[in-house]
Amino acid sequence: MKSFLLVLMVIAVYVLHQDFWNWSSARLVGFLPIGLAYHAGYSVLCALMMFVLVKCAWPEHLEVEESKLESSPSNGEAH
Amino acid sequence: MVPVIVVCIYLLVTLYIGSIAFRKGKSNTEDFFLANRTIGPMVFFMSLFATNMTAFAILGSSGLAYKRGIGVYGLMASSSGFMIPLTIFIIGTRLWSLGKRFGHMTQVQFFRDRWECSAIGTAIFALSVGMLVPYMIISIMGGGRVLHDISVKSGPDKKPVMIEVQSEEKVTTMLPVIKDGKPSLKPDGSPELAPQTEVKLVTKKVPDAYISFEIGAALVAIAVTSIVLFGGMRGTVWVNILQTLLFLCFGLVAVAVISGSLGKTFAEYMTDMDKSEKFHALVTRDKMTWQEFWSYSLIPLSSIMFPHMSIMCLSARKVSAFKRTVVLYPLAIMAIWLPSVFLGVLATQTLQGVPPGAEDGVLLMMLKQYAPDLLAGILGAGIISAVMGSDCHQVLALSTMFTKDIFQYYGGKEKYGEKGGVWFARAFIVVLTLVAYGVALKTDTGIFELAIRYAFSGFAAMAPVMLAALFWKRSTKWGALASALYVAASLAFFGWLQHAYKPGTVIWSVGGTPIISSIPIVGDIRVMGFMTVVPMVFGSALFMLIGSVLTNPPSRATIERYFSSRGAAAAGGGIPETPAPLPGAIKA
Repeated sequence: MKSFLLVLMVIAVYVLHQDFWNWSSARLVGFLPIGLAYHAGYSVLCALMMFVLVKCAWPEHLEVEESKLESSPSNGEAH
Repeated sequence: MVPVIVVCIYLLVTLYIGSIAFRKGKSNTEDFFLANRTIGPMVFFMSLFATNMTAFAILGSSGLAYKRGIGVYGLMASSSGFMIPLTIFIIGTRLWSLGKRFGHMTQVQFFRDRWECSAIGTAIFALSVGMLVPYMIISIMGGGRVLHDISVKSGPDKKPVMIEVQSEEKVTTMLPVIKDGKPSLKPDGSPELAPQTEVKLVTKKVPDAYISFEIGAALVAIAVTSIVLFGGMRGTVWVNILQTLLFLCFGLVAVAVISGSLGKTFAEYMTDMDKSEKFHALVTRDKMTWQEFWSYSLIPLSSIMFPHMSIMCLSARKVSAFKRTVVLYPLAIMAIWLPSVFLGVLATQTLQGVPPGAEDGVLLMMLKQYAPDLLAGILGAGIISAVMGSDCHQVLALSTMFTKDIFQYYGGKEKYGEKGGVWFARAFIVVLTLVAYGVALKTDTGIFELAIRYAFSGFAAMAPVMLAALFWKRSTKWGALASALYVAASLAFFGWLQHAYKPGTVIWSVGGTPIISSIPIVGDIRVMGFMTVVPMVFGSALFMLIGSVLTNPPSRATIERYFSSRGAAAAGGGIPETPAPLPGAIKA
């Protein structure tokens, strides 16, 4: 269920990039045109998305492998 | 003159940092190419970011925004803010882990080992090098252009001092067609005309500068070569810290300085543009189509596939270094691109007489016009940082690839040893930079067009190959070969179409609906309105899929080596003590 929700979140953020509703609008948000302000906000949203992914979907097994390698150095020198 | 002195001091500081790294270095390839995989979290973030930022990010973005408006940010920056950290999270972490376990230093080493192949790995190597070299040349061209623009002489009114120069240019004129000694006539009686191109000596006015483009490009090339040659990855990464700090501060400082020097507020300028028939489109996305806007969201797939980015991923000390990097990445992109795009649009109101083709210089022109000389120099150093940060990694990556994938793979290691590999890499760096510099002087294609046409689309289309190698057990070397050949053929085909057809031509249509066309003015090819990256990425995935399904998978031993241990490790089983030796695996 968690994986499903996370995938859904990533898809939703990707879809939100296509803000066709701001296409021809030049309305100002502060001194930025809406099309620019929206995508600045979108960049912050991407950072939040990555924060959630790091917290909830971090590949823990890589850290386990890392600690195993560090405890047996010969394994890391296969080549 | 002050900005030139500041930038020269900056170049000397970078060389000094590189020389310290040289003294700390050891004579083995792992240390030279990857700093012994010891890069800590914050330095890793700064260096990975510097690896990906080029003149493209500051000069190209502002130049394009000057022509096409605020949509450039959504087109390139926010889509990168989504895709690049996501691919670093999914692909970069896995590459790091495999590199640590099996000693890989390049993508090709990984592909060769994962798919038990030699020649196909060499084919992927050739494709990668073919796409990376133009990108490196662009960096040198960007450096030359920046140093030239920073050093433009100003008059008392702060406007550039112009001089007349003569140059040979191709001029196309419509001339009457002569048949049998007489002018040929059309059916309506008017003379038949045909285009005729000839080389003429043209006199034009250009800004006078202390540093010419050629000298500027040479200075950047020498600085980059010296840092990489002596410092290797360690020197490059240390210089990156200074560079990233400089260009992350660049945008904010530039906006603050310029806003204080303008006659009106930013909001007033934007409102005026909205009301103006000529400029309204620049504060909206009316100058781009939705197909183009969506197509661009696939371009950042290229980032992790650029060899210098994936090699940089291998240099982290711990996988946890990626955590901070992926979260900060979209914000760092915003810190650079938002001011650059905004100031590029603003330049349409504050600069007069920007000649066609000089749009990439608008940001520097604004700095020279509105910032004090000392600050303009520091900001110029920020731009040079963006140029050099990536260029260093590109040169290092190419040298890593040639040394590990060709020189050592085909017997150089046995013959000349580890120390010989480092010296080969150093010699290669010198030769490569000399060749790239020579090409940069002869090429006149704009930064954006060349980069996107040859490198970005091609590397984005190689992303399915990497995903298959990492996550699909059943993927095969033949699938990878089919995919790589498709990408190479697509690049050649679309390149040929662009060369063969005039801009604005419908090349192929079905029932009146254009299928393949070239867009007006620029001439880039579109497939049903979409950029060529779309059929390239999906076609590459399809070829990978079909090629793999139709051929035998790699040996069970290889699949277990790459996949079972991960599952076992996750379940607490650990990594096999001694990996099974493989036919065709990387030579020790």
